[in-house]
Parts: sequence; C-alpha cells; structure tokens
Amino acid sequence: MTAPVPAANAAPAPVIHASVAEDANGAPITPVNVPRHGAPANPTAAVLANRFGADVLRTEVIWGETTVYVTKARLHDIVRWLHDEPSERYDYLVDVTAVEYRDADRAIEVVWHLRALQHRRFLRLKVELPKRGPLDVPSVFDIYSGADWLERECYDMFGIRFVGHPDLRRLLLWEAYREGYPLRKDFPLRGRFSRSEQLKQALSADPEARYSMEELSIADAFDSLPEDMKRRIADRAAHGELGEGE
Amino acid sequence: MSARRTIEVALGTSGLDAQGQPLRAPLVAQGGRAVALESPQIPEPDLASDHMLINIGPQHPATHGVLRLVLELDGETVVRCIPHIGYLHCGFEKIGEYRQYNQIIPWTDREDYLNSPGNNVAFSLGAERLFGVGMTERCKVLRVILMELSRIISHNVWLGTTSVDIGAFTPFLWMFQERENVYNLLEGWVGARLTTTATRVGGMAADIPDGWLDGLKAFLKGFTKTLDESVRMLETNAIWAGRTVGLGTISAHDAVNAGLSGPMLRASGVAYDVRKDFPYLDYETYDFEVPVGTTGDVYDRFLVRVEEMRQSVRIIEQAIQRLPDGPVNIDDPRLILPPKHKATSEMESMIHHFKLVMEGPRPPAGECYVPVESPKGEKGYYFVSDGTSKPVRWRIRPPSFVNLSAIPKMVEGHLLSDVIAINASIDIVMGEIDR
Repeated sequence: MTAPVPAANAAPAPVIHASVAEDANGAPITPVNVPRHGAPANPTAAVLANRFGADVLRTEVIWGETTVYVTKARLHDIVRWLHDEPSERYDYLVDVTAVEYRDADRAIEVVWHLRALQHRRFLRLKVELPKRGPLDVPSVFDIYSGADWLERECYDMFGIRFVGHPDLRRLLLWEAYREGYPLRKDFPLRGRFSRSEQLKQALSADPEARYSMEELSIADAFDSLPEDMKRRIADRAAHGELGEGE
Repeated sequence: MSARRTIEVALGTSGLDAQGQPLRAPLVAQGGRAVALESPQIPEPDLASDHMLINIGPQHPATHGVLRLVLELDGETVVRCIPHIGYLHCGFEKIGEYRQYNQIIPWTDREDYLNSPGNNVAFSLGAERLFGVGMTERCKVLRVILMELSRIISHNVWLGTTSVDIGAFTPFLWMFQERENVYNLLEGWVGARLTTTATRVGGMAADIPDGWLDGLKAFLKGFTKTLDESVRMLETNAIWAGRTVGLGTISAHDAVNAGLSGPMLRASGVAYDVRKDFPYLDYETYDFEVPVGTTGDVYDRFLVRVEEMRQSVRIIEQAIQRLPDGPVNIDDPRLILPPKHKATSEMESMIHHFKLVMEGPRPPAGECYVPVESPKGEKGYYFVSDGTSKPVRWRIRPPSFVNLSAIPKMVEGHLLSDVIAINASIDIVMGEIDR
C-alpha cells in the first residue's frame, strides 16, 4: 500500500461557520448570560414528554441546561429514538457519569450528556437509582460506540452495572482491586485499606496478573507458560479473583 | 488473516516516475549504482505461524506516558489491540469533593498538564456559571489569550513528540524552544511555568505585568516563522508523508459515533468546534476559521493542528487589539478576596477575608456542564452543588480519554510500526486520561 505524496500546497480547505448557538430570543448563548431558573427549555424535552408519556418523569431547567428524568425501563428506547429521529438527531454522546449525593437517602443519579451536532442542542438525561435497589441501567454502547470506556469508568468508580455492555471490566483500577468503588460517598478519601495493607497487596501480586485470561489465550500463550505460572493463574480463576472486585 | 501489506521505503523525492509520483520501488545494485526495480518482486515468505502477543508500555517512550497496549500480531500486522490505562490514576474527582472551588484549580493544572492555563480557564468558566457570576471585560480577553497560548504550547509538544516518534528530530527542538518562550511569558505573568493556576473563580490570579504584551507580540512574530519552517520541513517530506498518509483513517460517521472531538474529529471532516458551536468568552466575535480534513488519517490531523496554531495566533492578535483597561476581578466580596492592606485595616474586609478563607464561597444548589475547546477536543467540567462550599461531584469530561478509546478501531489491520504513528496522532496526555 503505497502512500501518495501530497502536493506541495495541500493545505486543508477551511470551513467557516457563520452562525452561533442562539437562545429563544435570538441572543447568542454564552456561559454568562443565562439565568439560574427560567431559561427556555430545550424543545426536545416537550417532544419527549409527549411521545413517551409517563416514562418521562420530569424536566428541569437550571443555568440554561435542560435535564430530563426518565425511567430506567425506557431509557434505552428513549436514547435510541433521540439518536435516530431525523428531527432530533442526538448523534454525539458527550459523557456518561453518575452522581451520589451527600444525603444518604437520596438516590444515585446516572447522567447522560447528549448533543445534537446539527441542531446545536444539548440535553441531559438522568435515571435515578434508589440505593436499596439494584444499581444497574441499560447500556447505550450499541447506539454510541463512544460509550465503551465511559460506561466502564462509571462502573469502576460507582459500581453501576451497564446491562448489555459487552466488556464491563474495571478500567482505571486493576481487575483484582478489592476496596470497592472509590467515588461512592461511603468510600473514605484515603482508601479503605491501610497503607501497609495496600503495599502488601501490591508487592504480593503475581506478575502474570498483568494479563487477563483473554489476552493469554492469544497465540495460545497460556499453554507455553511455565508450570508454576499456569498453576497460579488457574488458582486465581478458580477462586474468582479474575472476576470483578468486591 | 490474509491482509498482507508491504511497506516500501520512500527514498527522498529525487526519483520520480512517469506520473510524477516519487519512486517507491526497492533499489537493487546494478553495475555499481543503485537502480530501482521495474516491478518489485518480493517473494512472500511461507511462514505459517501462530499469532503473537506483544506488550507495549507502560514505560515505552512512544506511548507518551503510561499507556499500555496489548497487541495480537499476525506477522507484523496488528489483529487486535487491547489498551490498558489507569497507571496514573490519582482520583482527582474524589479529591475535588473535599476541596473548595478555588482549591480545586491547582488540580486542574495537573490533569492535562500540557494545557494547564486552558484547564484553569475552563474550570473558572464552569464554576462561575454555577455561582451565577460573570467576569470583567478585561478578564475575558486575557482568558482568550491564555486559552490560545495554551493551545499553541500543547500543539507544539504534539508536533515535536510526534515528529520524534516518526523519525524527524529537528522540529522537536524548534517546537520545544518556542514552548519555552511561552513558558517564560507565563512565568512573567503568574509566576509558574507548568502548573500555572492562573485563574480564580470570578477573575484571574493576577493582571499582566507592564510590558508583557510586547513580549507576547515578539513571541508571535518569531513563532509564526518557526512554525512555517517546521511545517515546510514536514509537509512534503516523503518519509513523513509515507508514515502518515492513509494511516489510522476513521470516517466522519464513526468519529461522531465514537465521541471523538477536537482535531481528531475535524480531521475526519466534521467541523465541530466548541468555540463556534457553543461559544464562550465571546469567541463568536473573533474572526477565525476552523480547519477540517478530508480523509481523517494521521496526515490530516497534522494539517489540522498546524492550521489551528495559525488561527490561534490570529485570535491572540485580535485579543491584543481589543484588550480593554479595567479590573480583572469582579467586584463581589462573596468570591474575591479583599486586598491585603484592607484585610488588615478594615473590619468589613477582614470579616470577608476570614469567611472566604475559612468557609469558602458557596454556590446555590444546582448543576452545570460547561464545555470548552481544549487542544485535545471538547473538555467539559460538570459540577453538582448542594449549596455547600465543596462540590458534590466534580466531573472532568476528558477529550483524550474518549479519543484514545477508539484506538483499537484505528490500528487494527495496520503494521506494528504504524501503531506508534497512530497513537501519537491522537495527542494523548495520560494525566488527563487517568485523572
């Protein structure tokens, strides 16, 4: 595959945007001229409430940003509809994250930030998960491939399971991490284990724990390992240490 | 895996074929001179073998930090790529929940450490929306200068390190020299070079010193020349083109679907720039253009970043023209510390000083997500406040985290040596990815 050498003046053709995002009154939206309450809501919120009825729980507008609370059961349908519907076209997933409040009785909120590039709209979807119930929400990985790491990080930090994600493993922390989910409010800032315990665990980790079984299956690498390494890996797999933390 | 690629070394641009394209056939010795073969006959070695597992990083210099890639190779072709991150995870978001707003700003220096001033500005913009305060006109223009300067230094490092990865050493030295010049300017302004902490909620750490703008103008003049020369050295260089053109291509649809942003997205032809689409700091009033690529390969990303540096110079020149006089901090004792001499002589100021330092400013309960266009792409800070002086949640939307997550799509099917070029083109900063 021979790469053609570009011509000497192969500068990219610049595309100039003429318009900027405008609010309902035609004024450009900048971070400083929005009121805390009373800014116009994103028109998508009303459309959603019409179409999905009782599954759209409520809509809030704060600092000019529209938040739509939806039910867990229909979240995937709603995101799919927002992505596919030609008049909405929320084709860009900005972020997936979660919020746990200091109030222990308040539900954990999972937050999706969606953006319609063409219409220049921004929408925040939220699902509330009561702490007593199961912490799981549907994955939107089949709609946005960018959700892959965002959902894995959210699982890693909050322990929220994204049902339907094909590879929900810890991302920033290692797979054998035992201390729980760091961004939960009951997780102490310094970690759950003492410094000496953390050090002990770090030093006693097998070097082969750096590879997952899936990776070792490449090229039959597992078969060619020394016997003692094979035994240790098999032990870990048998005791569930290769699975998720906690 | 039947996809087999041969790679030929581009031997300068001296030899041209009938179409004017550089000769890319291997040379053979013939009668004491090197002559290109008419049609290269490279016998295919019959090496039926298993796939190989290769580990790159986390301490490999070409991974730009502590990225680790586990690659499955068929010969030299990458069949599967499994990235591992987290070696630099510091828990910034957790720490942020235990700090007052102004105390978080030093942490933003350390996530995307090539773009510290830009992160400071982005954080302040987000926190100011949460507090419901604005900023002065002078502060606005100074922040534009800061953001564009930090875009220039970040792209400088990108161009320098990428050219070293691909084999060109000179642009590295030139780009780092220019970066030093910016750091000298930043040092003159805020006293720090890398970890600037240049902004506060509601204003700046300091106004620019006398004569600072002259230094900035001198830098811009010299920088434009250095940039042109570096680009001239690379743009039509056969080795550079041979190692970047057609590599790591990602289509516009895939790029949007994967959530890519910044030069990565624009190289694929999507003209999405937060400065144009969701303007902040009055960017809608500046005259600048958004460069986009056509094919979305490594070469396009190079062109887009180079053009962005030129546009940044344009923006800074306009900002210098319009810089108004006046205070840099808003007049709001709930947020801004009183001057020291007043804090030690006036009762009111002393109370304000004490309450600001001991309790910290309190925003109303609420939440906001404020995106800015960082050199890596769309960086956003998402704040949730419950009315206390410390955020309930401080979330960084890291652009290079999302950009890096698409690396398996980009490298699979390419050669092992191309992984380095593709990885470099993403412009990753592990401090931001792992946070």
